[in-house]
This record gives sequence, C-alpha cells and structure tokens, in this order.
Amino acid sequence: MTNEEIKEYIPALAPAATFDETGEWLNVIVSAEELKPLMSALRNGKMQMNYLFCLTCVDFKTHLNMVYHLSATTHRQSIVIKANLNREQPVIETVCDIWRTAEFLEREVFEMFGVHFTNHPDLRKLILEDDFKGYPLRKDFEDPINMIKL
Amino acid sequence: MYNQTEIIKDTSELGADGELVINMGPQHPATHGVLHLVVTLNGETIKKIEPHLGYIHRSIEKMCESLTYRQFIYVTSRMDYLSSHINNLGCALLIEKGIQIEVPDRAKYIRVILSELTRIASHELWLGAMAMDLGAFTPFFYAFREREMITDIMEDTCGARLTMNYIVPGGLMYDLHPDFQKKVKAFITQFKSKVTEYEDLVTNNIIFQSRTKGVGILSAEDAISYGCTGPVARASGVSCDIRKIYPYEVYDKVEFDEVLETAGDSFARYMVRVKEMNQSIRIIEQLIDNIPEGDFVGKTKNVLKLPKGEFYTRVETARGEFGVYVVSEGGTTPHRIKFRSPGFSNLSVLNHIAVEGKIGDLMASMGTLDLVIPDIDR
Repeated sequence: MTNEEIKEYIPALAPAATFDETGEWLNVIVSAEELKPLMSALRNGKMQMNYLFCLTCVDFKTHLNMVYHLSATTHRQSIVIKANLNREQPVIETVCDIWRTAEFLEREVFEMFGVHFTNHPDLRKLILEDDFKGYPLRKDFEDPINMIKL
Repeated sequence: MYNQTEIIKDTSELGADGELVINMGPQHPATHGVLHLVVTLNGETIKKIEPHLGYIHRSIEKMCESLTYRQFIYVTSRMDYLSSHINNLGCALLIEKGIQIEVPDRAKYIRVILSELTRIASHELWLGAMAMDLGAFTPFFYAFREREMITDIMEDTCGARLTMNYIVPGGLMYDLHPDFQKKVKAFITQFKSKVTEYEDLVTNNIIFQSRTKGVGILSAEDAISYGCTGPVARASGVSCDIRKIYPYEVYDKVEFDEVLETAGDSFARYMVRVKEMNQSIRIIEQLIDNIPEGDFVGKTKNVLKLPKGEFYTRVETARGEFGVYVVSEGGTTPHRIKFRSPGFSNLSVLNHIAVEGKIGDLMASMGTLDLVIPDIDR
C-alpha cells in the first residue's frame, strides 16, 4: 500500500486521525481512546502489521507522546502511530495482547515515564528498584545523588 | 533488590502446592552477567520464569540526552559490548542520514569488514560460552583461539580489544593499520582450517545434539510477535536480516546468503550462528582485496546539528536488529534517544520457550538466545 492508500484507509478506523509525512515514514497521530481499535485493525485487517519493532515514549515537557513503530514481515512497509497523553495522568490501553513484545516494552515505559497501561497483565517495574521514586526519563527528573545528566 | 522472603511470600499467593521458587542469578555462572531469573518449579518442570533486570542499568538513554552527536556514539560500545563496532555504525549512519554527510567508499568497505569481524568474534564467544553452559569445557578454548586473532586485529586498528571506538560520523577515526589486510587474510586461512573442528567437537556430538534438539521450540509466528530478530528468529524460519532487507553501506554489492533454519529449537539457533560465521568470512573475502584508496573520513563540521525531526536507523548486530530512534529539536544534543536493543526482545521470549520444560533444559534455551546483559539493561 502506498502512503496515499493508507491515508484513505485509516480514517475509517480512527476518524480523528491526523497525518504527518515530514519524516521517513508516514506518521499517524491519534487520540489515546482511538489507539487500541486502530492497532487491532492494523494487525488483523488487510495491512497485517505483525511486527512491532519499537515502542517508546517522548517527553515534550507539555505532554507525553507514545510512539509505536509498526512493520510487516510480508510487505515490509513501516508506519508510525503516535498518541499524545496528558502529563499529569497519562493513561493508555495496552497493546500487549496484539504484539507480545509490548509487554516488556510497556513495563519499561511505565517505570521510566509513568504512563499507565490499562489491561496490562503484569504492570510492575522491570529495570528499576521497586521503591524507586520518580520517572527518570522525564525531562524534569532530578537525582542529586546519582547524576545521570552531565 | 528482591530478598528471599518476599519471593516466597509471593508464591504462597499463587496457592499452588508443591511449587518451589528458586533464584537463578544475579551471580549464577551460566547467566553471563548479572541477570536474575526467578524460576517457579514444580518438581523439575518449569512453571514460570520471571526475569529481574537492572543490575547493570546505567540509564544510557538519559545520558545520551546531554551528550553531543559526536560523543553519544561511544556510549553505545558499552551496551552490546560484543557488537560495539556495529552499534557505533548504527549511530553513525543515523547522523549521516540526518545531516546528509557523504561517506567515502574506503570507509564504507572498512566498516563492513570490521562489522563482519565483530560478528564472527561475537559468535565465537557465544559458541564457547554456550558449550560451557552445557558442560563441555573444551570448545571454549577452541573458540577463543580464533577469537584472539580478531581481538589482535581490533587492537592494531583501533587500540582497544573490547569496547572499540573507531567509527565517527562521516567515516573512520584513523586510517587502517598497514598490517590489517595481511592479518585478516591470515585469520581467514586459520578460521577455514579450524572450523571443521567445531563440527567434530560440538555439532556432531551426540550429547550436545540430544541436549539441544527439540528444546526451547519457538514458532515463526511467536518469534515475530515477540519481536525476536537475528539468529533467534532466523532459526524459526523468519527472514529478518537487515543486511538483506534494508542494505546499508556496501552490503548490496557483496554476495552472501541469509541463513535460515526451520526447526526453531536450540539446535537450529546453534546451526544458524555457525553457518553465519562462514557467511561473514565470505563477505570479508570479497572485500578485503578491494578496499578502495582515498580518504577515510568525509568532510564534516566540528559541531554537528541534526535538523528538527525524527530519525530511525537499523543495523544487523550479532544478536539481531539494533535500532536507533532520535527525536531532534534542532540542537547539538538529541531531545530523546531510544535504542531498540535486540537482546531486550529476545529475552522477553524466554518464559514462552522454556515453560513446561525441564530445569536442565533452561540453560540450553537461554544459552542459544545469546543474551548480553548490558544490551538488555542499557
């Protein structure tokens, strides 16, 4: 599918989606509520996006931005799905029932950014200690003892 | 981090009779580093494996946010320390793509040769360590004999034997050592004459075969779903070699085969790596006599600034797909950097492949995933 075809295909799944074509791949920006149905459709529908190769979050100081890089092992086309989250109470639905790799990646985002993934089967800290306070990869995180900012 | 009483309390909540929880690691000899597995057993059958990470977490992604685009490359040598050249290459490619730096052909050829040498060295170390996990001590010395020649070449070329820093945005830090070609050719001759010894010692060994065949089976569908890449996925028949799919540098000019197996068990993962070493030799042979003369580094500014936007590059390390994702705000440092490390995804499949197997088979499953802990923790 070309980018134009994807741009015609996606509004049927997520009506409020907007597009950004400045980067290497087509970026689709959706709201947090629309994300899950769109992801299921991309995985199981005609696009067959079966490979989630990168899942991460970016802190833009005003809001958090979830980034999902999708591809398919059949046609090898990549697209990027993004969802903006509010910084005080970031909540989004998990995608780990669609791609199993998301389970660990979401746990990492949970501890590093404080994003809460609803319906995640095992949302605990993965890398940091259980009693660690704060979200280290957020821009306003300060740790006076263990300096990680140079 | 987790004390014994806490973990026992957790299992009583499971309410299962006869289940025993053991801690494997963080200092277990067979986990090659500080990986802590909490294994729930019923008799000898594994019911659940929970990895606890973070013993070697250095917050590299946060650190990189305050390093310039020239500096952050060298931190990645400390992630997957067995593929440091390839990690460096991934980062350099990203900057070259972002700023559109022209890389001289000479640098491209040398980068590919070094990447393949790194891949062989990494697989050699894996082969020795993996056989040692399964109780065979001798292959370790055989594998390290050849690996030593590569580390010597690396020492001549870039001054370090393990965490090499040789690749810079635009090319290479210095030109090659005058003996480079001679030494690489000597290594190829040595490797070719000795690789049959691995076959005799390990591949055809009946004990090794019965301990790995049919152990830790991973289906192609699950391999994709868990995001497995590299030899782990290729052993399940998933074609995922970045060098073939998205060729970078001069990989589109050389002939080599993507090694695929279909069994998906530990033995298939072993076979993929052994065959891959031969393919790497094939690539080096095609390039070593044809390194073009000329500059080893392209023209770059002293201060590098990536334009505003997002960049992603991927390279094939010895463990699989290594991706670098950079969000730039236009300054001299990245706003956010994410390393998609192959080990992290490969580790997440461990519970799936080892559950309902025997505890004795866990080392075979885990060993063939080829986990490097600094790569997972970052």
